[in-house]
Amino acid sequence: MTKIVVKMENIVTRFGENLVHDDVSLSVREGEIYGLLGGSGSGKSTLLREMIMLLKPDSGSVTVLDTDVLNLSAREAETIRIKWGVLFQSGALYTSLTIAENIGIGLKEYTDIPVELRDDIVRAKISMVGLPEYAAGLYPSELSGGMVKRASLARALAMDPSILFLDEPTSGLDPVGAEAFDKLILALRDSLGFTVVMVTHDLDSIWTIVDRFCVLGDRKVIAEGILDDVMQIDHPVIHNFFKGNRGAIRSKAQYGK
Amino acid sequence: MKENNKKAKVDLVSKADHSLLTCTGEWSLHSITDAAKKLKTAIRQVPDQSRIILDISSVSELDSAGTILLLQFINAAERSMNEIDIVGANKKHQIMFKMYKDQIHDKPTKKRIDNILTRLLIKTGKTTLSSLNEVILFVAFLGESVTALLFYIRHPSSIRFGAIAKNIEEAGIRALPIVALTSFLIGVVIAYQSAVQLEKFGANIFIVDMIGISVTRELAPLITAIVVAGRSGSSYTAQIGVMKLTEEIDAMKTMGFNPFRFLVLPRMIALMIAMPLMIFLADIMGIAGGMLISKLQLNLSFSEFIQRLQNVVDTKHLWVGLIKGPVFAWLIATVGCFRGFQVSYNTESIGRYTTISVVNAIFLVIASDAIFSIIFTELGI
Ligand SMILES: Nc1ncnc2c1ncn2[C@@H]1O[C@H](COP(=O)(O)OP(=O)(O)O)[C@@H](O)[C@H]1O
Ligand SMILES: [Mg+2]
Repeated sequence: MTKIVVKMENIVTRFGENLVHDDVSLSVREGEIYGLLGGSGSGKSTLLREMIMLLKPDSGSVTVLDTDVLNLSAREAETIRIKWGVLFQSGALYTSLTIAENIGIGLKEYTDIPVELRDDIVRAKISMVGLPEYAAGLYPSELSGGMVKRASLARALAMDPSILFLDEPTSGLDPVGAEAFDKLILALRDSLGFTVVMVTHDLDSIWTIVDRFCVLGDRKVIAEGILDDVMQIDHPVIHNFFKGNRGAIRSKAQYGK
Repeated sequence: MKENNKKAKVDLVSKADHSLLTCTGEWSLHSITDAAKKLKTAIRQVPDQSRIILDISSVSELDSAGTILLLQFINAAERSMNEIDIVGANKKHQIMFKMYKDQIHDKPTKKRIDNILTRLLIKTGKTTLSSLNEVILFVAFLGESVTALLFYIRHPSSIRFGAIAKNIEEAGIRALPIVALTSFLIGVVIAYQSAVQLEKFGANIFIVDMIGISVTRELAPLITAIVVAGRSGSSYTAQIGVMKLTEEIDAMKTMGFNPFRFLVLPRMIALMIAMPLMIFLADIMGIAGGMLISKLQLNLSFSEFIQRLQNVVDTKHLWVGLIKGPVFAWLIATVGCFRGFQVSYNTESIGRYTTISVVNAIFLVIASDAIFSIIFTELGI
């Protein structure tokens, strides 16, 4: 069996009266592209934030790369944090730094490699995510939405992470841009071999690049597995998702039902 | 942390017809610093136009940083006409090389300008040009605010009385306690210092002239302007700056709301109305402070003080102080709004421009006060 890199067990999350997760468990395998699905407000982003130590669940356990991330010393936390890259929903680039500085900041703070090597790594990452060379000297406010996503992907990849966390990477992109972005993530995963955990609403992404996924709804995990298996489950949320107007077209094309 | 034996290492051996570079260890981001230095010296040791064999068969791990470092070396070697062969690359290594090869080729890293003198000249030139540019922008801003004002005068119904009233409350009425307290304390300080000197000459009664004139002519307007610059000038910059960051200003423009008419003029007019009134309060409080100290320190009763005040202090002094009010207000509001519009789309610039705005406003207030002094003296007022 392949190694499990992210494991969440019996997660309960509550914001005041609002119970968001009630006994949620899931596991992500090494090297796969794992999708977190669910309607708006179903707690996908919250779950992602719990994986990357931005939020503590009220109960349950979170294990990332064999480390229990809920009980870490500051030093251990720092060691594990540089093993993952995060792409936030809005990009979250540092607005007062250029794109090149944004990408290089992790390398600058956490390693002591020579400056020329750092510059070259930054340049390689910029071209790897498909940004033009001149983007290096621009500030985030001078980029288009798609370019911001690419730049923050480059920043997330700067340190060669073992896991890449993406929160709705294709939201806000046009369909062509979204497809290109999906392909880019797939190609990078194939060559660099990292694991991807992505929050998404985008049916196209689920069909084209996601290997396995889970569907959140009613505060629980309704289904987890590969597309074919999840499609078999009879549940209103899954029904709405895959057999609603937009989903139906795809389902028909793929499954002839 | 990584142990030493895992660190990336390079060994250079010179053979009869080639140089053999053997790479071992973990070639990853956190363990290649030494190898990077070693490779740099190696490229100098290897004779030009010779053959190099790069053996990477015992490289245990190779990440992007390691790959790019090796590619840098290969490029450098090729630049000095060496023939370079890579041996022992496994599948993973090949994938990494292939991925980064096209992205790293030739283009040498940008030259850094090292000469201090050149850097100084470049910096001086850039600063001069940008200061010049700022002056031009400021003049353009003034022009635009005058145009908007003319529009107001031609279309009085478009004056935003509600916004003006709100700004008078925010910038004027809410500032009264701090203006009152500050000017009272200034009155106390001035009276205290003068009392000691005047007592020596037995000229106690002259403290009234001194306080009366200095507070009304100079101190009250200046203190009020400085408090207002710190309070309202900065908040104008921050408010408009945030509106610019959140694209509210752009939204206003597209909906046909001229930002000058909606944001700048209400603030400017409100401050110009409120400032003379605030100065008047500051006059009263400053004199009250002086009066209190005169009584405590010089045994000058309140009635004596007020009687002398009426007899010797001309009302023209009061008017001179009040007249400065609208001018100071205009400067503070204009600079505050101008700097707000200069905020660019990043979070740091709000803080920077807010600071600049306050510093500029206080400077302009003091500079214009000096000009007022000269004009009034020349006119014999
Ligand atoms: N910091 C917070 N404080 C209070 N409630 C929150 C917070 N973050 C998220 N929530 C609530 O948790 C629920 C799930 O939010 P989120 O994880 O952002 O959903 P989504 O699946 O759309 O990403 C929502 O009802 C939201 O209102
Ligand atoms: Mg979300």
